[in-house]
Amino acid sequence: MTSQSDRQKETLPDPYELPLEAIDLSDPALYSQNRWQDYFKRVRDEDPVHYLPESPFGPFWSVTRFEDIVAVDTNHEVFSSEPFIMIGDPDADIPLENFISMDPPKHDEQRNAVQAVVAPRNLASMEDLIRSRISEIFDQLPTGESFDWVSSVSKELTSQMLATIFDFPYEDRHKLVYWSDIATSAPELSGGNACKEERFAALQDMVETFARLWHQKAAHREKGGAPGFDMISLLEANEDTRDMINRPAEFMGNLGLLIVGGNDTTRNSISGSVLAMNEFPEEFAKLKANPQLVPNMVSEIIRWQTPLAHMRRVAKCDYELNGKQIRKGDKVVMWYISGNRDERIIENPDQVIVDRQRARQHLSFGLGIHRCMGNRLGEMQLRITWEEILKRFESIDVVGKPVRVHSNFVHGYESMMVKIKSKH
Amino acid sequence: MIEVKFIEHSGEVHEVTAESGASLMQAALNNSVPGIDADCGGGCACGTCHVIVSPEWIDKVGSPNETEAIMLQMTPEGCERSRLSCQLQLNDELNGLVVELPEFQM
Repeated sequence: MTSQSDRQKETLPDPYELPLEAIDLSDPALYSQNRWQDYFKRVRDEDPVHYLPESPFGPFWSVTRFEDIVAVDTNHEVFSSEPFIMIGDPDADIPLENFISMDPPKHDEQRNAVQAVVAPRNLASMEDLIRSRISEIFDQLPTGESFDWVSSVSKELTSQMLATIFDFPYEDRHKLVYWSDIATSAPELSGGNACKEERFAALQDMVETFARLWHQKAAHREKGGAPGFDMISLLEANEDTRDMINRPAEFMGNLGLLIVGGNDTTRNSISGSVLAMNEFPEEFAKLKANPQLVPNMVSEIIRWQTPLAHMRRVAKCDYELNGKQIRKGDKVVMWYISGNRDERIIENPDQVIVDRQRARQHLSFGLGIHRCMGNRLGEMQLRITWEEILKRFESIDVVGKPVRVHSNFVHGYESMMVKIKSKH
Repeated sequence: MIEVKFIEHSGEVHEVTAESGASLMQAALNNSVPGIDADCGGGCACGTCHVIVSPEWIDKVGSPNETEAIMLQMTPEGCERSRLSCQLQLNDELNGLVVELPEFQM
């Protein structure tokens, strides 16, 4: 697990002292050291569609401006999501296929099978349950002493939610977090630190556990039991996906996708929201004075945090993008984290502004046919979290430097020590 | 000026006017009609400006374009009269148009 720890601690140079063509935006240390902002600013200003001929992930284009990202993301006929949407290529020893890494029509079939579970109508019926679970977590937090917000709140809350939408055994819910984390943290995928053996074992355990759950639910239905409204039951009920269990790569890939999609994204936005309210105390004051701003603040946080830094495409034909000639077969990385800070489109982009106009117009969910399916669920979890925080706490003070994830894909926090002050 | 009527899922009615050439989405946003999120700002790329055209207007409005149809597939409340309001350009032919809003945008 420590093979890259030295690399992680290396001091990164000032981006303006580097030759422009050598700037490598895939270096995970940019994110774990929180130094990515100036690197992207220079590239956005001087070479917005930036080619790097050599990197640990092979040659790739970086698309860094808001409008260029929109152009790529909405053009799935030129920019394919196959074979995979992270910058690195998956290990051939772990066959993985999922709908985020598929083009139409297969993408549409598989996505349609499961999206009902995160549709707003279903979410509305889950709101009370989510609120009571969030309240339970908050009521048990220590006041006046420091604790890790990431493990005590952000992880706990998202794993409960995942267990609910998968109808997964509640007492084993921490496994979902573990599998999700290890799924994305392979060195070859995102520059992460997971070791291959541990990752294999974890993914194997994930597949076996979900296969058992799949068979249990199928047996329940065969006995005449009412079909559930969870992810697995929906896959079993849909004619395009009911035999997915017999296609192991798809089975593992899609379950992995749904877990990852609902896990570190929301988790890191929850942690990021607390950090943001510390970094921008005047915005926290605005929010406390007017809790009606919570939904807008949620969108603003999702933009500012950008919990997934990038998505990758492959050009299916030659294409000119903002003056650069992309060739068929080239890897094209859309850096959402940069587009969301593009000063050409977003005023004062580094600033969190809880009452920002058009806060919903950000790139964090992607655009086009691969737009985040669980966006409303993520927003709802954040909204309820903050509604409940404002009821209970005077402040949540970050009392140490947060430890950030060493990855160019998951943009988030390993840990963040805080101290809370109750209102009463 | 073109007159358009938006009917919220709750039944509440919003009557607005817009210039010919404007999109239906823009007409909704300019008049603060609730329930049109328009997350992508009108690029046919998010599906959150979904409207359901009233049966008597559907022939004049016509069917969704190719990209629009793909985005509409992702909307659980979609039906054969669904359109994305950013893709609907208003003109004199559509004066008096009536559209319903879905319960939720997704």
